[in-house]
Parts: sequence; structure tokens; C-alpha cells
Amino acid sequence: MSLDLDVAVTYLPKLLDGARLTVQLVVFSGLIGLILAVPLGIARSSERLWVKGGPWAYIFFFRGTPLMVQLFLVYYGLSQFPAVRHSALWPFLRDPYWCALLTMALHTAAYIAEILRGAIQAVPRGEVEAGVALGMKHGVILRRIVLPRAVRIALPAYSNEVILMLKGSALASTITLLELTGMARTIIAKTYMPVEIFLAAGAFYLAISYVIVRLFKLLEWHLARHLRHRG
Amino acid sequence: MDLHGFGPQLALGTLMTLELAFASLGVGLVLGLLGAMAKASPHASLRWLGDGYTTLVRGVPELLVVLIVYFGSSAALGMVTGWVGMETHVELDPFAAGTLALGLTFGAYATEVFRGALATVPKGHIEAAHALGLGPWHTFSRIVLPQLWRVALPGLGNLFMVLLKDTALVSVVGLDELMRKSQIAVGFSKQPFTFYAVAAGIYLLLTVITGGGLMMLERRANRGFARARS
Amino acid sequence: MRLKALIVATVMAAVAGNAYAADIIRFGTEGAYPPFNQIDASGKLTGFDVDIANALCVQLKAECTIVTQDWDGIIPALNGKKFDALVASMSITPERQQAVDFTDPYYTNKLQFVAAKGSDFSPVKLKGLVLGAQRATIAGTWLEEHVKDAEIKLYDTQDNAYLDLSSGRLDAILADKFVNWDWLKSDGGKDFEFKGEPVFDNDKVAIAVRKGDDALRQKLNGALKAIVANGTYKKINDKYFPFNIYQ
Repeated sequence: MSLDLDVAVTYLPKLLDGARLTVQLVVFSGLIGLILAVPLGIARSSERLWVKGGPWAYIFFFRGTPLMVQLFLVYYGLSQFPAVRHSALWPFLRDPYWCALLTMALHTAAYIAEILRGAIQAVPRGEVEAGVALGMKHGVILRRIVLPRAVRIALPAYSNEVILMLKGSALASTITLLELTGMARTIIAKTYMPVEIFLAAGAFYLAISYVIVRLFKLLEWHLARHLRHRG
Repeated sequence: MDLHGFGPQLALGTLMTLELAFASLGVGLVLGLLGAMAKASPHASLRWLGDGYTTLVRGVPELLVVLIVYFGSSAALGMVTGWVGMETHVELDPFAAGTLALGLTFGAYATEVFRGALATVPKGHIEAAHALGLGPWHTFSRIVLPQLWRVALPGLGNLFMVLLKDTALVSVVGLDELMRKSQIAVGFSKQPFTFYAVAAGIYLLLTVITGGGLMMLERRANRGFARARS
Repeated sequence: MRLKALIVATVMAAVAGNAYAADIIRFGTEGAYPPFNQIDASGKLTGFDVDIANALCVQLKAECTIVTQDWDGIIPALNGKKFDALVASMSITPERQQAVDFTDPYYTNKLQFVAAKGSDFSPVKLKGLVLGAQRATIAGTWLEEHVKDAEIKLYDTQDNAYLDLSSGRLDAILADKFVNWDWLKSDGGKDFEFKGEPVFDNDKVAIAVRKGDDALRQKLNGALKAIVANGTYKKINDKYFPFNIYQ
């Protein structure tokens, strides 16, 4: 047995197609997840039980079960009910792409919300008190002081979460999507050369995660520019 | 709830999930410790090896690691035994492949946890151990490891929770753990929501129990520190 | 009389003992392809393929194990020596013959579409439809080769494809006729029916062994001939189908 790299080269365009879908899934689920996570994270940091109860249960479920189970629940599970199949949402839910995007966004939102909660609690008390002293209202303090500060604190953890979603996106192959892993598995079904094709797919994932890490480093550097001027 | 007689099968699957999780934990802890020692090594080649290991494994989907280990291991081991002139076939069954794959992943992340914890062990303690005439093994097992353990425990606990959920991926190569048993039940009953919801409930239960166990372990590891802190 | 019985028993034990030592055949199958191979609520592997494998083993007086393997990786697993023979309703194709060797066929299948009762689906106008098949099957390959203007979705298991046909995500499924036949008479398939004539009708299904494993291949061929001749095959056939699938 030796590696047959020609096979990997022949199927490179197909793998590229798969990689494009992978990147799409990660970017969109990362953005939607972030948007969902902001209210979740804020509510979760509340001291009132009725405010933080809902987000707590949401986060508990999505962090306590495997992404694969969540994906199967949404894709195969929901269609068990005729009511879902006849609802206005069905055009979306019948499409594996939307199911994958929805599940990944809901899943990552739970993790991002926890990151945000940690970041909000890490904002120095003195800065909030300074806002109060200046006569700022609660909402203004949240918007002008707490959130901008929390975003900078949360950014490295958020970039880790995006990498985790990149890896999680491979599960979309189990609901018929031909992203990188799905494409690799389909090619292997034709060529019976699992090692070569999986290694090629692995190289693609490494390249994508490298690019993501660089982009976030750039963003961190950009967000910290006012600190550099001072020093 | 009607489980169509699949209740005992799901219980067996849960048991297999736990076996897989703990076996992978064992492999992963060893790999993590080795990785952390490699990264802290004075030898550049060892540091390079440690870096290569964590970068590669952490950048590739766990699902792909499972598939590569399962389908690649026979080929890779065949190549190695071929070089030394043996005609043997070494094979990894789904359980062994899953254990190795999840252990590799756990170990890559645990390397970072152990590395951080290693840095918190005061150099003076190690010097004191040397002064007392303890050998390297005793220094490690009596002085370094107990302190390392306490600092690393919360991080390792989080990784174990991730590992517990990653066991579902091994269903793809045919290990009869909880996820695969659920899929089989769905194939029979045509009731995907019912069985995936039950599976989700069981995973949640496992998470809760693990979380409780970890809290107890942390309290135990922190004996003697709690008072000094408050 | 007693002595004779003792001698016979000893000889048989010796023969059986030899067979035990020499012949352990490890079969692999998928376990998600009713009625050919499936796992029931007690966790037992059942189905036509499984019965055939067991009958072959009885014929060969061999000790047999049979394990399940995800379909996608079933040929790599055979070549990776995770088992010795594949009895998983696998069709003989030129592509597969590059990777494995096949025994003589043990049944003949056809590929035929199923779609909802009353729908105007027809195999000759597939444009714009969503069609499903299992990944890495000849049905999947047929769709990819013959259908250019429809969306093709490939599934990890046949069961999952049927779930999506029931839910309306698919307009039709292309699969082995006998598998479809079994599903259509189940509860999930009651609103669906065969559509059109089979698109491919000479699908020879055989047991796969590793390339060059002629000893095992010939042994299995011999046993297959024997169970067809002695009526065991017909008994298994009739347990699952009211028609002959050997041909």
C-alpha cells in the first residue's frame, strides 16, 4: 500500500467545491449565532431568575447534547410531525442546507452566550460606576461601556468557537450536504481510496482554520489600536 | 413513551458510550501529559513534535479524525509492518479506532491544559525535591503531579464533557453506542423525533452526572487550599 | 451398535474439530438494509443476507462471525481485513471489481423508482425533481450518470432516504427493487408505489472477498451451488419473498 496522490489531485476541484460550502456554513452560522448570543448572554448575566431562567435552559440543552443529535433532531426529527410538514416553515426545514445552518447557529449561540456572559462579568466594576457617576442610563452604559469592552475581552474565545464550528460543520455530511467531509466521503465511495482523500480534506481544514486564526488576529489588532496610540 | 422494545438496546448503547468515553480519557490523559512534557522539553525536535501534534489534531474535524484513524490505521500499520518485512494484518475495530481517535483529540487539547498547569508549579518545589535526593520519577509523581492535577482539573473536566459528546461521532464507523442504537431504533420505528429526543435526554443526564462528579473531584483536589484562600 | 455410534461420533467430532480449527470465516454486512440485513429490537442481526451467510457456514462446517459496518466504508473495511467476506447485497460493478473479487451471484436485482401514489412521476421526465439514493450504491451511481437536470441527494443509509421520501423532501427514490418492495408493504411505505419499469434489470448481487483471496472465493462458490441444489436456498428465499430472486 502506498499513497496515490494523483487521486487527490484529480478530485481537487470537487474538494474545493466542498470547501466553499464548508466556509459558507461556518461564516453564516458564526454570524447568526453571534446575533442570537448577544441577547442570550445579556439575559443570562441578569440577576433576576425569570430573566436568566430561559437562557439558562437553552444553553444547558445545547451545551449538554452532541451536535450530531441536535442535527438529527432538526433534520429527521421535526419531519416526523405532519404539522411541521404542512407549516409555513417547511420550505426551509425541508432543505438540509437550512437545517444545518439553523442547528449550527443555535448550537454555537449557546457557547457564544456563555463566552459573552463571562466577558460581561469581567468588565471592571469601576468603569460601570464611572458611567453611573456621569449620569448615564442603564441601556447607555450597556451599549457604550459594557458591550464594547466585553467584545474585546471575548474576541479570542469567540475565534476559538468559530474554529470549533468549522470542525462541527463536518457533521453536515450526515444529512446529505456535500461540504468538505461529505464530498470526501462521496469521492471515496467511487475511488475506494479513503486515506488519500481524507488526508487531502484534512489539509483543506487546516488551511481554512489557519486563515480564520489570522483574520481574528488582524481584527484584535485593529480593535486595540486606541490602546497602542496611548502607549 | 413507546420505545418499541428498544429500551434495553438504548441502555446497552449508553453503557458503550461510557466505556468509550473513559477509555478515550485514559489514552488522552497520557497523550496530554506527554504532549505537555514535549512542549516544555529542552530538545527542539521534541518541541516541534508537540507543536505539530496539537496544531494538526486541533485543526481537523473530530469526525474526520475518527474516519482517518478507522480507515487509515490498517493501511498505515500495514505499511509499517511491511517495511520490517512482516506480513501481519493489524486491525482496529470501531471501539479501538474510536478510543484512539477521541484520545488523540482529547490529548491535543489536554496538552495545553497541562502546559498551563505545569507553569504554575513553583520551581522551588522541584529544587527542594532535588535537594532532598528524590529522583526524577519521584519528583514528578510526588511533587509535580499532585499540584498539576489540582490546577488542571477544571480544564480537563471541560474537555471530558466535550469528549462525552464526541463519542456520538464513532457511530459513523459502526460502533454500537447510544447514537447508533438510536439510529437503528429509528430505522425500525420510523419515529426519528422520539428516539433522538430520548438520546438527547440521556446525553443531558450523563452531562449532569459528570458535572456533579467533577465538582466533587475538584473539592477533593482543593483540600487544604480552600481555607488559605478565603 | 453402541460401538458403531461411538466411532461415528468420534469421527464426526474430529472432522468438526478440524473444521473448527481451520475455518473461521468473518463476514461483514451493513445491518441497515431490510429485508436483506437489519438489526432487530433485541440487537440481533437478521435478514436474507444473514441467513445465506449462515447457510453457507453450515454447508462448509465453518465457524462464522458476522459484524456490521457502515456502508460507506464497507469495502475499505474488507480490504483493511476487518472481516474476510462481505455479504451485504452488494452488486457486481466494474469499479468494485477493481477493489475486490466477487463470488458467483446469489441473487439478481433490478433498480426501480418509487414515488408517492397518484403523483405523475415518471422515470423519463426527471427534470427539476429531487431524487434520493443511498451513497455508494449502484442506484446512486445510476442517478449520477443518467440524470443531469435533477437534484440528487445521497444518504448514509437506505432508511434515512425512506424517511426523507415519507417527509416529502424527495420526489422519488431509486433503489433495489426488492428492498423497495419490502418497504412498500411496510407501514411507512403505504402511500407510495413503484413507478415505471425498472431502469436497470440485470443487477447481479454477490459476496465480495479481498482481491486474490481465491481459496475463500472458491469455497463460497461451492457452498452456494450446494445450498441452491439442496433446497436450503429456496427455503430462505420463500421466507422473505413470494417470488424467486435467484434467477
